[in-house]
Amino acid sequence: MPGLEIDGLRVSIGGRDVVRAVDLHIAPGSCAGLVGESGSGKSLLALASVGLLPRAARVTAGRIILGGDVTVTADLDRTAKVRGSGIAMIFQSPRTALNPLLRVGHQVGRVLRRNGQHADLTRRCAELLGAVGILEPGKVARLYPHELSGGMCQRVMIAMGIACEPQMLIADEPTTALDVTVQADILDLLDDIRSRTRMGMLLISHDMSVVAERCDSISVMWRGAIVEAGTSRTVIGSPRHPFTAELVRDVAHRPQPKDRPAQRSPAGPADGPPTEARG
Amino acid sequence: MRPLIEVRGLRKDYRRGGAVLHAVDGIDLALMPGEAVGVIGESGAGKSTLARLITRLERPTSGGVFYQDTDVTSLSDRALRRFRREVQPVFQDPLTALNPRWVVRRLITEPLKIYGERDAERRVDEVLRDVGLGKDLMTRHPRDLSGGERQRVAIARALVLRPSMLVLDEPTASVDMATKRTLLALLNRLQSEHGLTCLYISHDIRTIEETCSRTIVMYRGRLAEEGPTTAILSSPSHVYTQILMSSIPRIDSAETRPGRLRARPFSRQHLPDTGCLFAHSCPRVQPECATDPPVVEVTPGHRAACVLAGRASDHSGVTPS
Amino acid sequence: MDLTDDGRTRGRPDDAGPAGGPGRSARLRSELKRHPSLVAGGALAAATMIVAVAGHLAPPHNPLAINPGHSLAPPGPGHWFGTDQFGRDVFSRVLYGLGLDVVIGLIVAALAFAVGSMAGLVSGYLGGWIDDIVMRVADLLMSFPSFLLALSIAVVLGNTVRNVIIAVTIAYVPYLLRLTRGSVLAARGADYVLGARAVGASRSRVMTLHILPNVVGPAMVQATLMLGWAILDVSGLSFLGVGIQPPSPELGVQVAQGASYITSGQWWISVFPGAAIILAVLAINFLGDYADDKLRGQGS
Repeated sequence: MPGLEIDGLRVSIGGRDVVRAVDLHIAPGSCAGLVGESGSGKSLLALASVGLLPRAARVTAGRIILGGDVTVTADLDRTAKVRGSGIAMIFQSPRTALNPLLRVGHQVGRVLRRNGQHADLTRRCAELLGAVGILEPGKVARLYPHELSGGMCQRVMIAMGIACEPQMLIADEPTTALDVTVQADILDLLDDIRSRTRMGMLLISHDMSVVAERCDSISVMWRGAIVEAGTSRTVIGSPRHPFTAELVRDVAHRPQPKDRPAQRSPAGPADGPPTEARG
Repeated sequence: MRPLIEVRGLRKDYRRGGAVLHAVDGIDLALMPGEAVGVIGESGAGKSTLARLITRLERPTSGGVFYQDTDVTSLSDRALRRFRREVQPVFQDPLTALNPRWVVRRLITEPLKIYGERDAERRVDEVLRDVGLGKDLMTRHPRDLSGGERQRVAIARALVLRPSMLVLDEPTASVDMATKRTLLALLNRLQSEHGLTCLYISHDIRTIEETCSRTIVMYRGRLAEEGPTTAILSSPSHVYTQILMSSIPRIDSAETRPGRLRARPFSRQHLPDTGCLFAHSCPRVQPECATDPPVVEVTPGHRAACVLAGRASDHSGVTPS
Repeated sequence: MDLTDDGRTRGRPDDAGPAGGPGRSARLRSELKRHPSLVAGGALAAATMIVAVAGHLAPPHNPLAINPGHSLAPPGPGHWFGTDQFGRDVFSRVLYGLGLDVVIGLIVAALAFAVGSMAGLVSGYLGGWIDDIVMRVADLLMSFPSFLLALSIAVVLGNTVRNVIIAVTIAYVPYLLRLTRGSVLAARGADYVLGARAVGASRSRVMTLHILPNVVGPAMVQATLMLGWAILDVSGLSFLGVGIQPPSPELGVQVAQGASYITSGQWWISVFPGAAIILAVLAINFLGDYADDKLRGQGS
């Protein structure tokens, strides 16, 4: 089956399972969403797919298959070879994910060179920066990350990600640190790239509304395991797992319109006593 | 009814390199007692600066801050003692906003000590119960608490002197989504129980929506739009607000979302200094935008600083369910 | 092992005992395991201190007693470190001199700490023109290598113990000033300082309760290290003939006095005092490392 297939993957750190028997499939050209709280293991799952697990973590079971080739199993890690042209990843904090000492054009060029493409670097880097919506790409290529806004840094990171036309792109909270209008622009850009190149995408977020808006399918992760998965419509419309329901409630909840100033008397909106459950 | 607190023509400039940055550029705002008002905007809007100016942690470059008709704009820290009791900030990140070396008890008791309040212990117990924290937390440090607990400690500390007003700068930014709901519910309850006047500052429309009856949209230091929260959400008049509202990810929009209104890309070298500050990026920019836009009253209580306000026929807004 | 702000240690099972007895030795053992610098420095420093105090109070022989009949005797049973050209017992002189140097070093470090941190606190917190002036003076002083600066000042002031202390202190003050001021500036910008002002804390309250505790730590570590450097600088100055003069058994003086005898084979007159200087500074550096470790470990 083409695309990215994660099959029964298990990752553990120090003997403790942090990713438990996860099954996930991303078809070429589609966008799959992975949603869960921090600590649910979603980032580790992503890192396992590109072979960037921290040293303390190990794949203990299952396999990852990209375009029909097995790339990751408990004993095998061929991901180094497929990184770049097979599967690419972009991260949350664009400014810290870029090397502060190198010009951004240079960093894009490095990706190309590392994947054996040495020809015509300056022009191709400028082209890539233009393709991600950066104005005056030739000029911007000569700037350092600290001279760019957060949104522009993220665009640079996307340029580095798509430089070698990967089959799959994993985006781990790509817009969490950005303003909401920039967030929408970046997600539009990713959608655009997907439709042009048939690249598949895994969009990871803690925000159900982001995932609901952009993804064809949603998998909900909780404490290392996938507790619910399905098309966006079914997962949002009729969540079966209580955690999914709560995630949906977190973003769909629309309170009573508060058009009147609160009265001094205790007869205020009936929110009830605060629950201790989630701190 | 007179406003509890008012700012007029508030300006704050910072010198950055050789240039001057107008962080807050002429803001007029009045809060009535008991009201909850939200300030929304993206980074660079000047919201946090506004918070610091209103709580007089910084002095404005020009303009005035008036608390119950008293001019507190230029008062020294000592003269502001009474004001400080009444208007309390709650900061974004309790890890940096609370002295990390102090335990919870000391953090909450400090304001009482400063103002020489007696019976401090009873008051501390009272306020802890009010925010829903147990007494077992008293001996712990902020770093040993969960994000939600930490922020409750910050709120308790702000409430311990029984202020009339809270200024909350991104109160839910450092907690996860589930805790956010609980915290906002707590704040709503506290606001109505104590008749607090609240100013919520946030980039997150959901926070404002859940707590504020009136909302102000800021852009690059200036007021873009002001009105009832529901109106801002469902029928934004300023083009910037329209873009903002249509950019918010919506869970119900997958099939029904209209085409998103987008800002024009721009280069940071050419930000306008005069006229409408959004003109460089506005998809509906008009020739008249080169001059300062008029403040149009779209409906009573709802005004926008945009030449197109009241004229626009499509509402790329968000419908509250 | 962190001490909480109100002096209690964080609860752990072995702290349950009311007298804290068993808990304390277990904690000490784990502390020693985790910080080898504490072991090395602690042992060395303890030995040095004991020796220095004992040597000062009850030296085996009078450090100043001249005994021409026994001059230039190599190390042996009666005189463990031998005797010098005047027949004085080197061992006693080294012990006595060690005590002397350590005391002088302590005075210098304490003075530099007091003056430097006070100036840094005031300058950092008040800012404005006070800060500008203080910083320019500090810059001026720091533009000279500290040893040369101390040397020049000592030469100008005259050759007494007091003047040497003054000279070295002046050379060290700017560093502590800079350090303290830096900590103050960092603490001033912290949100919790803003928060303290917001609840009505006065300037002095903010300074003492919020800023000072963050400042004292690094300054103390620095002062500890300065103790070591002070010993080196003071003995270095004496070696050059500036400041402390013979017949004082200060270690630098001893090294100088024995220098001309090395080539003729009487090495013990210089080497033992020199080794004492090295050991003392080493011990202090280890302790400074440990203090630094604790400081970094404890920060949030």
